[in-house]
Amino acid sequence: MGNPIINVENVSKSYGGVKANMNISMKVEAGSITGIIGPNGCGKTTLFNSIVGYHAIDSGSIKFDNQEISKLWVGDIARLGLLRTFQQTRIYNKMNCVDNMQISISHRKGSASKMFASRKGEIKDRAEHLLEFVGLYSKRNLISGDLSFGQQKLLEFAMALMNEPKVLLLDEPTAGINPTLINGLIDRLRKANEELGITLCVIEHNMRVIMNLASDIYCLSNGKMLASGKPSELQNDERVIDAYLGGH
Amino acid sequence: MSRNTLILYIIILAASILGPILLPAYTQQMAILWVMILMASTWDILGGQMGYNSLGNITFFGVGMYLSAIIQISMFYDVGEYTSAFGAIKPEFTDSQYFTGFFLGIIGAGLGSMILSLLLGFIVFGLRGPYFAIGTLGVAITAGQITGTIDYIGGGSGISMPFFPGDIYFRSIFFYILCFLLAASVHLILRWLYSTQFGLAINAIRDDEDKAEAMGIPTLRYKQFGWAIAAFFMGCIGAVFGNMVGFIEPIEVAFPTPTFGIFMVAMALLGGKGTLWGPVIGAVLFHLVKETTWTYLLGWQYVALGLIIILNIVFFQQGIMGWLQTKFPEKFGIFIDDKTHEESRVAMDDK
Repeated sequence: MGNPIINVENVSKSYGGVKANMNISMKVEAGSITGIIGPNGCGKTTLFNSIVGYHAIDSGSIKFDNQEISKLWVGDIARLGLLRTFQQTRIYNKMNCVDNMQISISHRKGSASKMFASRKGEIKDRAEHLLEFVGLYSKRNLISGDLSFGQQKLLEFAMALMNEPKVLLLDEPTAGINPTLINGLIDRLRKANEELGITLCVIEHNMRVIMNLASDIYCLSNGKMLASGKPSELQNDERVIDAYLGGH
Repeated sequence: MSRNTLILYIIILAASILGPILLPAYTQQMAILWVMILMASTWDILGGQMGYNSLGNITFFGVGMYLSAIIQISMFYDVGEYTSAFGAIKPEFTDSQYFTGFFLGIIGAGLGSMILSLLLGFIVFGLRGPYFAIGTLGVAITAGQITGTIDYIGGGSGISMPFFPGDIYFRSIFFYILCFLLAASVHLILRWLYSTQFGLAINAIRDDEDKAEAMGIPTLRYKQFGWAIAAFFMGCIGAVFGNMVGFIEPIEVAFPTPTFGIFMVAMALLGGKGTLWGPVIGAVLFHLVKETTWTYLLGWQYVALGLIIILNIVFFQQGIMGWLQTKFPEKFGIFIDDKTHEESRVAMDDK
């Protein structure tokens, strides 16, 4: 393998008696688009939460850019450049779209003077540019909580791009978005990956989307890593088909 | 700053200057109005803009008041002797002693309150929602009770502040100007702060603190800074208020949790929390109603105030500014813009 930017080794996490993740190992290559699939409740989001530091893991190791991050707090990990979006879209819903974007700038170089930076000029321009990129420019002055669910999802994606992360973890980016918009979103995900150089790791249920998008795919089932490989390999894997269609 | 805003500021400035000239009998009332505007505005930093409903901001008012008293007295006398009930000494302050002490007292009160807020912040910012409200309320009540037990600063019987050198008319004008300057500085500083990234950050914490954390915003730093600003000015105004009243004691004057501690919240809610002007409008209305009921409905004044608060909370939660914003969204910059990014940039260049 080349150069994994995220390296998860033997990670386990249980909630009381529920073993959500058992000995999960996976790698995300720098510059790639990696997919994670699996039936509902198989532990995908738990794995995401472990990676970004939402909860302590029971055992194992998570490395980002060769640095151990399993003991760090959420904010510290985010400031390293590892960001996630939420399955239940989360935006700042009483602020307008431009403000949502402007506060999403990177806080990696946490200098105190930045706290009182003006909101005009370069930051605003970039915010508007990215809003145009996701097709929300005309709605930029609206309160974001009044947008439709799909639009909020796009806004959340744009906010993540505003942060210029090295790696972006996307939790079901196409859930609840109408089919025509999905194509546009896939386009933008790919552009973000190719043009902005952001490594993507995507949880997705829509097989058409993930098979098209990802170069490597991991399949979880019942908290265990079931299979991994290229999309074409997984599509024909009996275990994967069973996990999705069988009675787990 | 738009032209209309500038005109508004000029009108307010003119009214502030003409007020005590035309109605000299009400100078102290107008000074208290500035105090209330300052209280509501600083409460709104956390309560409105950041979504942390502090019921304990009055702590800094009292701490500032006592700090300035200690500074003003200790520069020239022993505080313990000064406050002793038997009148061991008969203190007198010359003009220059009074004003230097007072000036240093205000600064010390502000800085001391700010440092206290930073220390308290490490503890109370671990709490959220109603727990934060109750936690900070506890801080305010505790501060009042503890102060009452310290004999060095007069305990429950309080301290008579140094006597103002000058006649009554000059005295009321002097305090009026101080209150006005402090309230105006708070307003202008907040106006600037809310226009920077800081304003957005505390709004983000209000809307979704976990998301803000996940986006890498150093939330604790913003929360502490927001509270420190409020604490600094509450400390300063506490120092001024203590000297204006002339006599301070812990429960009614320095840490008046059930009156000023709640009033500042009620004023911000009435005017519209989370806006720059809401607390100002709320404070003016509230003070007018309060003074009117005190004069014409004596005995029923708290019933009237309670009624206003209840009506406000039940039927009018968004406050005056919030209501205006839902009624006239375009005036507040909330609209759909059909131009593309490129088109608006060209339009900007043409201007």
